[in-house]
Amino acid sequence: MKIVVCVKHVPDSQEERRFTPGDSTTDRADVPGLLSELDEYAVEAALKLKESGGGEVIVLTMGPEGAVEAVRKALQIGADSGVHVQDGTLRGSDAPATSLVLAEAIRKIAEDGEVDLVLAGMASTDGGMSVVPAMLAERLNLPQVTFASELSVDGGVARIRRDGDLATETIEARLPAVVSVTDQINEPRYPSFKGIMAAKKKPVRTWGLGDLGLDAGQAGSAGSWTRVESVTARPPREKGEVVTDEGDGGLRFADFLTARKFA
Amino acid sequence: MTEVLVLVDHLDGAVRKTTHELLTIARRIGAPSAVFIGEGLEQATGTLAEHGAEKIYAIPSGDVTDYLVAPKAEALAQIIERTGPAAVLLPSSFEGKEIAARLAVKTGSGLVTDAVDVAVEEGRIITTQAVFAGSYTVRAAVTHGTPIIAVKPNSTAPQPVTGAAELVEVRVEVSEAAKAARIVDSKPREKTGRPELTEAAIVVAGGRGTNGDFGPVEELADLLGAAVGASRAAVDAGWYPHQFQIGQTGKTVSPQLYVAAGISGAIQHRAGMQTSKTVVAVNKDPDAPIFELADFGVVGDLFTVLPQAAQKLARS
Repeated sequence: MKIVVCVKHVPDSQEERRFTPGDSTTDRADVPGLLSELDEYAVEAALKLKESGGGEVIVLTMGPEGAVEAVRKALQIGADSGVHVQDGTLRGSDAPATSLVLAEAIRKIAEDGEVDLVLAGMASTDGGMSVVPAMLAERLNLPQVTFASELSVDGGVARIRRDGDLATETIEARLPAVVSVTDQINEPRYPSFKGIMAAKKKPVRTWGLGDLGLDAGQAGSAGSWTRVESVTARPPREKGEVVTDEGDGGLRFADFLTARKFA
Repeated sequence: MTEVLVLVDHLDGAVRKTTHELLTIARRIGAPSAVFIGEGLEQATGTLAEHGAEKIYAIPSGDVTDYLVAPKAEALAQIIERTGPAAVLLPSSFEGKEIAARLAVKTGSGLVTDAVDVAVEEGRIITTQAVFAGSYTVRAAVTHGTPIIAVKPNSTAPQPVTGAAELVEVRVEVSEAAKAARIVDSKPREKTGRPELTEAAIVVAGGRGTNGDFGPVEELADLLGAAVGASRAAVDAGWYPHQFQIGQTGKTVSPQLYVAAGISGAIQHRAGMQTSKTVVAVNKDPDAPIFELADFGVVGDLFTVLPQAAQKLARS
């Protein structure tokens, strides 16, 4: 099976995350970044499928220079090769523009052999929109099999358990398909020392917009269909009253709720 | 007056609270037209009318509901084509966002997800979002196509306004491509008897400090008419199901009151509840980060504090 895993390099949520003054894009330049945690589950799912059925795992990302670190991490974990789409004009891409670029990259990856499965995490940990996998399915005209908490591939059919808001569903589709996975699906492995060393030799291709047959107007801020009007830092929450329980902690808690009319 | 499409979020006709909020928001922009897909229309009509729906586009089950997301996006795209609405509002749930996503690509439209407010300013639709674990507020506008906006629950108070609710039955063409992902089986969630987590006005959540016993958490929740939530630690330990997980990899809630019991308040958890209006924390550890964002905190054992509070509240 030829599997493409879409990953993203995101600002570390343990650190301060902020916007670039002037153009309201997420500051990715001077901020520590890493492979999005939710993408680790997608990489793991791909590796498990390769281990049981054979094939190759190609990791794909779109982002500025530093984004290749997400690809490298995935290679260390066990992916076979990577693709980094990097182009200055990609700055400010919204979700539809991002999905256009990734879709064209997947088509290009398929030029030397059909892609059987596109895997992704359920959301990025920065934008957190959960929309790119569905958009990829739409653009590539592939079945969408998303938010999987369980995944099996058998006889060319992908089958998932999806824990939706109102019901738990079983979804099935013939490959090729776009599948996204939640953090319930598996336990991502850590890179081994051997894996870290081996990753140094694994190929990473870098493509610009021109390589994908796209022009500047189709992506980046210019090709985006939404615009940020303003970004305002919210004042951090103020610490309120903290009491130590000396036999009456629960009573004081109850009084607080009553005073604020919650009870 | 231009229409605003509102996708009705329902289970067999039982309309969810967010839909009422969406209809209220729609009225700020134009004439609300509810889009009802699936079974149970008769049960839903009353409440849709009572919250301002001027029209109800009804799309029956069958192909549209037997396959995942894609047919609903096609149906909405066809209605957009017919009605030229000023905007399309959907719930910001997993399914709602995915329908919105495909609709945006199909119609060449911009989309905004997880909106906490939608307003009209100088004739333009402006959305508000709370991003980066609530540390920033972003205002945005769609600049291309029909604005497609997925709105979070608890964004506005639903207004009771009577709408004409004119019923329009719609025949939808579902392409073969949209029938590629089949819903083979569907088990509705067991009703807990409590409000749904993302819609609840009050949430009482338990973490590692419960040690697996959610009794005090549930007791307090039921007294307050609240939903129960769980931290990732509690879910990973198998103490509570994943659908109740609050945090970066679970659900985001913004209730009027959030009670964190036995939860340390790591950043991944805070990402899921940071914008709650009032926060109360109960934890044995005085240095737990959760106290930094609590309006009221008790350093103590939740097994003593919560039952004592519940007892006092039950008496009054």
